[in-house]
Amino acid sequence: MLELIPNQLGFPLLSLLIFVPVIGAVVLLAVRDARAARWIALVFSVLELGLCAPLLSNFDSSLAHMQFGESMPWISAWNIHYKLGVDGISILFVALTALLTVISIMVSWTAITDRVREFMVALLFLEAAMVGVFAALDLFLFYIFWEAMLIPMYLLIGVWGGPNRLYAAVKFFLYTLFGSVLMLVAILAVYFTAGGTFDVLSLMNHKFGHTFQMWAFAAFFAAFAVKVPMFPFHTWLPDAHVEAPTAGSIILAGILIKMGAYGFLRFSLPFFPDATMAYTPAIMVLSVIAVIYGAYMAFAQTDFKKLIAYSSVSHMGFITLGIFSMNSQGLEGGILQMINHGVSTGALFLGVGVIYERTHTRVIADYGGLASKVPVYAAFLMIITLSSIGLPGTNGFIGEFAILLGAFQYKAVYAVIASLGIILGAGYMLWLYQRVIFGTVTNPHNEHLKDMNLREIVAALPLVVLVFYIGLYPNAAFQVIHASADNLIKHVHAKAQVLPAAAQAVSTLVGN
Amino acid sequence: MLKYILIPLLPFTGFLIAGLFGKYLKERAATVAVAGVFGSFVFAVSAFIDVLGGTIIDENLYSWIAIGSLNINVGFQIDQLTAVMLMVVTTLSTLIHIYSIGYMHGDKGFARFFAYLELFTFFMLVLVMANNFLLMFVGWEGVGLCSYLLIGFWYEKKSASDAGIKAFVVNRVGDFGFVLGMMLIFVTFGTLDFTDVFMAASAAAGQNVDLFGIEMGIITLICLLLFVGATGKSAQLPLYVWLPDAMEGPTPVSALIHAATMVTAGVFMVARCAPLFSLSHTAMIVVAVTGAVTAFFAATIGLVQNDIKRVIAYSTISQLGYMFLGLGVGAFAAGIFHLTTHAFFKGLLFLASGSVIHALSGEQDMRKMGSLKSKIKVTYAVFVIGSLALAGIFPFAGFFSKDEILWSVYGSNKLLWVVGVIGALMTAFYSFRLIYLTFYGKSRMDHDVEHHVHESPKIMTVPLMILAFFSLTVGLIGIPGAIISHANLFAEFLAPVFPPAHHGGEESRLLEIGLMVFSVMVAAIGIRIAYTLYVKIPAIPDQVADKFKGLYNLLLNKYKVDEVYNYIFVDGLVHKLAKFLHTVGDVKIIDGFINWSAAAIGRTSEQGRKLQTGFVQEYAFTMGLGFVVLMGLYYVLK
Repeated sequence: MLELIPNQLGFPLLSLLIFVPVIGAVVLLAVRDARAARWIALVFSVLELGLCAPLLSNFDSSLAHMQFGESMPWISAWNIHYKLGVDGISILFVALTALLTVISIMVSWTAITDRVREFMVALLFLEAAMVGVFAALDLFLFYIFWEAMLIPMYLLIGVWGGPNRLYAAVKFFLYTLFGSVLMLVAILAVYFTAGGTFDVLSLMNHKFGHTFQMWAFAAFFAAFAVKVPMFPFHTWLPDAHVEAPTAGSIILAGILIKMGAYGFLRFSLPFFPDATMAYTPAIMVLSVIAVIYGAYMAFAQTDFKKLIAYSSVSHMGFITLGIFSMNSQGLEGGILQMINHGVSTGALFLGVGVIYERTHTRVIADYGGLASKVPVYAAFLMIITLSSIGLPGTNGFIGEFAILLGAFQYKAVYAVIASLGIILGAGYMLWLYQRVIFGTVTNPHNEHLKDMNLREIVAALPLVVLVFYIGLYPNAAFQVIHASADNLIKHVHAKAQVLPAAAQAVSTLVGN
Repeated sequence: MLKYILIPLLPFTGFLIAGLFGKYLKERAATVAVAGVFGSFVFAVSAFIDVLGGTIIDENLYSWIAIGSLNINVGFQIDQLTAVMLMVVTTLSTLIHIYSIGYMHGDKGFARFFAYLELFTFFMLVLVMANNFLLMFVGWEGVGLCSYLLIGFWYEKKSASDAGIKAFVVNRVGDFGFVLGMMLIFVTFGTLDFTDVFMAASAAAGQNVDLFGIEMGIITLICLLLFVGATGKSAQLPLYVWLPDAMEGPTPVSALIHAATMVTAGVFMVARCAPLFSLSHTAMIVVAVTGAVTAFFAATIGLVQNDIKRVIAYSTISQLGYMFLGLGVGAFAAGIFHLTTHAFFKGLLFLASGSVIHALSGEQDMRKMGSLKSKIKVTYAVFVIGSLALAGIFPFAGFFSKDEILWSVYGSNKLLWVVGVIGALMTAFYSFRLIYLTFYGKSRMDHDVEHHVHESPKIMTVPLMILAFFSLTVGLIGIPGAIISHANLFAEFLAPVFPPAHHGGEESRLLEIGLMVFSVMVAAIGIRIAYTLYVKIPAIPDQVADKFKGLYNLLLNKYKVDEVYNYIFVDGLVHKLAKFLHTVGDVKIIDGFINWSAAAIGRTSEQGRKLQTGFVQEYAFTMGLGFVVLMGLYYVLK
């Protein structure tokens, strides 16, 4: 049983992590100068990143419990608490959020010239809400943060986006709202069924009836599957990415779409283990379809960002495949791959942003021959491409291999089909790289391109370092994840009434 | 342990320096690079001596991936097999690095070239030194990456970057098998460490799996999956298609990666897994037959190609087939022996062809060569030595290794032996067709080209001479017992890592010698035919080509495999289908449904809006009506 270990640092770390960006946003409201707005936003986001140091260094990875706990009554009438805590599943995402926000601010430095202050305010509010989602341990509080993310993101796309931004923003909003509304209904149902509590930790131990589980799981699934996005709920993602400004795409790909998978891990699986078991075969099939379909769709794209968006659909398919394999390798691989995808796809969108800012086109055919003009950029894009296609030695390989191994043990055929996605991945990414970087310059506008400047290199460097650090020493991340992931698997299997399908699959496979 | 780690680490350091500071180092990057590989070579020699003295190294550096029962280390193993590979890789790599200084001189990507070459050497060394499957796979994919980067080195040429992508993706198809094989190994044995897997292998030999309704031994399935990986990397049927295109890369790359080292990784991997393969009769047959068919198939294409590098490329595919043929009949040591000798003479042939191309200002078409014998003497001499070795003429290196394979095949399957011998005939023919077309007869060179013909600088010819020396002598470490008893030092050295090969006894000694004489005669006949056709009566080839036009064109066009490949992958069958699916799936069906429902909601609410008329009487009427309906329902349902 999970407990909430109270925060012993002497200062409320998680609350600070949520409110530092909010304070930053408030301070921003007082300035008018765009330059000052950029610097203030940067300072606060760096401060936030700095706060992740005590978070990571004081985290006890041997425990599965929620740490840095804070709890106080909020709306006593409905038994709602302001309750925060992080475990091995959520802590790395808090850090990733902080990192990607800093990077987003840096890449927007010169790209955003219109309403800079408002842009930075939206970004900081978004950061606060995202950290809140990962730290909240009260369903009501969680829902507040969850919905709160929607607004700044909607604004980022709708105000600072491309020409078709309104369509994309509304599509994004409606899709996610549709899911969220169903989730809200389910949250209320859970609240009343469990005897009037929103407390996540006690809900984990509540045994819901089978039928209730099936309905509630489906409602939560609507919210999370849209967010991931799983096939066939994915079509908002390419549109949103294409229209979003670079910072919006980085946050969207890096963090927002991870929320769906996180929701499965934090709520769906532990609350509704029977339903999880029952729905797993269908979800595995959808995951495999996403892997192949997303990858194959990437071949058809002529837009740089759309291609990466579809590759995200494919990669997220891997992640849900791993999570629902419900064994150590699959689950931990899935969680690590969420981080990895945030790093490498964040970096890919950063790469698109760097070049878009110079050329104002995302059409792949407008590029070509950049290698001789912008060698540093070419090298950066190569590294990220390799990470994205899961080359051994990079982070992507570790996640994919662990997931496939997990899926293989669940049911070999899923791993076999998903492995085909890896072949496709190499195909569309290398083809993309070839069209952008190799060949000769055919577009006269690209003759005098400037290479990445210092600011862009500094923004990209942490991601490049993480690509190799996780690739060569993934245990640093796995050690953080282990205890909580183990606990989750045990919890689900113990609470579920049916025999774990994974165990059956292994025995049929080995033939005894 | 440190000195063993330095073997891969020195080239890696060289890569970092040449890669990061290439802009400032310019051509001095080569010095750094050569120092890196030469240092690696020195430590490799030292490791080889240690192994010769009986020391086997198997140590883990650190825990790499630990999840649940999965525990994979970064760890190195240097046993006899690895020691041999270390010598081959570091020797060839050092010589080819030196050669490249001359060959790449003046290229604007000079430093980048050496950085890639260093990175390749690093990954190749990781591949052969790994003590578990997954780390081997790191090297395996890493060399694939470098191959991709180096094939497409002249990235402004579309054909070059196309060839790079083709190589990578086709290899990924093979890796698909490799990865699944690894997973099955993990599920079966609970580990990916070589030592543990091989120890447990015989115990798992009886287990069966159900593969889509077919009952199959689990070891067989593992071996077949791994072998799919090997066919990709070592360019065997049906995944050989990338290797001929790989010749788009600079010639030293063809020599190092696409002849001597990387393409032999599949052979090495199967040999490494000898304890597994030898447990599966089925898998062994598949390996042998694939090897024999590829050896034959590629040789037929080699007969008629006009591009000097393509001939050698198809020859490489063919020779790799011989190696697999050897492995498949259980002659693991013979397969590795051929790998070793081939690395030297094929590396030599590629570098020598590079020297020819260098002399002819980039010309690769043999129809535009001829009569070069007296103009580039050193290149000519080493080319002949390399070709004699390839053809298998006594006492050149290829003779010993190929004969040992054929001898083992003879004892195992006569049909495969016949295929192998015919292949040997073709090998001798095409190697000397190349020699005669290039160096003999009348000059067919363009005037400008002819004017500039010059021998390559010392920095290129000295490595050629060293390789020629090895091509002449390296076979002597494996003199068959039939000639001199206990002189096959190579096989004896490798004996501890392989299951014993089943050779004939003492009474077959005469037979073995007889077969040797026979196969040398076959090779001599091949050379003689080439001589007649291309030197004595040069009109014949055209007449033959004319007479058997269909067959000739089929071979010249490489059985049209590339056309099919291009039709499907490059010209866009795949892309068109993707576009079609995108329009139908995402745009029409999914978004169509979403937009339709949005519109439907809009229409519905439009209707709803009409109810809001603002007349109180209508509201009252509707309310009353509703009340009546509800009451009615209540009584009906009660």
